[in-house]
Amino acid sequence: MREFAYERPTDAAGAIAAGAVPGAKFICGGTNLLDLMKLEIEHPDRLVDISRLPLREIEETDDGGLRIGAHVDNASLAIDQRVRSRYPLVSQAVVSGASAQLRNKASTGGNLLQRTRCMYFYDPSSPCNKRTPGAGCSAMGGFNRFQAILGASDACIATHPSDMAVALVALDAHVQLLGPNGAEREIALRDFYPPVNETPHIETVIQPGELITHVRLPSPPPGRHHYRKVRDRASYEFALVSVAAIVSLNGETIASARIAFGGVAHRPWRSTEAEEQLVGKPATVQTFQTAADAALTSAKGRGYNDFKIPLLKRTLITTLIGLTNGERQ
Amino acid sequence: MAHDLLPPTDMPKSKRVRRQPRAVSPSRSPEKSETGARHAVTLKVNGHTRDLELDVRTSLLDALREHLHLTGTKKGCDHGQCGACTVLLNGRRIDSCLTLAVMHDGDEVVTIEGIGSPDALHPLQSVFIEHDGFQCGYCTPGQICSAIAMLEEAKAGMPSHVTADVASAKIELTEAELRERMSGNVCRCCAYPNIIDAIREVGGGSL
Repeated sequence: MREFAYERPTDAAGAIAAGAVPGAKFICGGTNLLDLMKLEIEHPDRLVDISRLPLREIEETDDGGLRIGAHVDNASLAIDQRVRSRYPLVSQAVVSGASAQLRNKASTGGNLLQRTRCMYFYDPSSPCNKRTPGAGCSAMGGFNRFQAILGASDACIATHPSDMAVALVALDAHVQLLGPNGAEREIALRDFYPPVNETPHIETVIQPGELITHVRLPSPPPGRHHYRKVRDRASYEFALVSVAAIVSLNGETIASARIAFGGVAHRPWRSTEAEEQLVGKPATVQTFQTAADAALTSAKGRGYNDFKIPLLKRTLITTLIGLTNGERQ
Repeated sequence: MAHDLLPPTDMPKSKRVRRQPRAVSPSRSPEKSETGARHAVTLKVNGHTRDLELDVRTSLLDALREHLHLTGTKKGCDHGQCGACTVLLNGRRIDSCLTLAVMHDGDEVVTIEGIGSPDALHPLQSVFIEHDGFQCGYCTPGQICSAIAMLEEAKAGMPSHVTADVASAKIELTEAELRERMSGNVCRCCAYPNIIDAIREVGGGSL
């Protein structure tokens, strides 16, 4: 690990001032950042320790939602009774990721900011446009079984590794940021990760010195929740594909639907295409098939990951059958 | 179970488990150090206050092993993938390789050395021996620290990936639940069936 300066400001303003200095990075849980610093893929000049700032509360909001402090660790989020009863999708997604040890450390804000686990990003001897813009993408012609099928570009086919973020984007979560001079702003999680295009090294819309303070969940949508994750091992593994779904029925008809995917794009992927094909339609396998086809219309396999397209379709259909007890046809 | 599963300590329990961040002590030097500088850190390890001067890059694991010579905690992958370095930090299990010692000034750490001793084994240590829950033994300190915290998590109602209803207050520690909850501790010798049997004897079933 390369040398760095360390500081632990006592308030958010101090943290933001320290974090705005070029070369500085915030550290909270550190479970991804330190991993990357050991490999010298991340090499900040200065670590600004924000782990003791008072951002560990989960609060009710006026509209019946929750405001989650950015430093609430994954385990505390998953066990919170309000989250478990009103947003079971979030608890399910969180406990499907990492290990209990990591979930006790990893923070809500840090989870959103974690880097891809693309093996070429992790290998300094392989060219990578995220590590070195313009260097090229080793995954494009490489072993890309784990890489993206949606939203990628020829410059980068890395996936976002989070499970939690998939649940949050299905729930229309918003990220609250505090910037230099006390400037606050809120941005929808679905707009938090910019398109890949030719700039895969620009992963979020966060500006220098901006600090994630909270994640806001609007009041929960009606319907049953389910997070389904498909992976190579039964536990402690990243998703090949995952589906976050919330569906409500009016009789036999789908009244509302929220659909998001993980493991398939550079960001948690909200599928409005699938949602549009579901709402107002009968809860049948035929409907689910149509929605799955619509969701994957723009999907592009890169060779080894071609299987993700039919796998994601089948995972979505199975999830929807489970949520609606849909008629098997 | 009649056993107190948390390790013995000379501090009252109310001070052992601290989840809320606390203010930085004003008596200490400013919490800032320049590149290459060493940094003062005080850890409470197995009930004892230990003052250290560390390179800020020192992981909590290396502080325990290399500076405090508590080599019971093992270094496996050093990347948070194997769980050999699991310790209890303020009562909760973490991978000590993926955090910096300097971030834990004032925090309480319990390692396997604080869990039990050869003539006063912790109940989980006894059942690991009874059920032969290891072969080479390298992962065992991490397995035991992890299992202690895992049983506390389940008592508190923590759901897992295999919990059918995450909103349920009661956790039934079935074999599937134990396997899932212990998946952050890898055993190269594949002693998993015996590890699960051992843990079930202490904490299986409904909590």
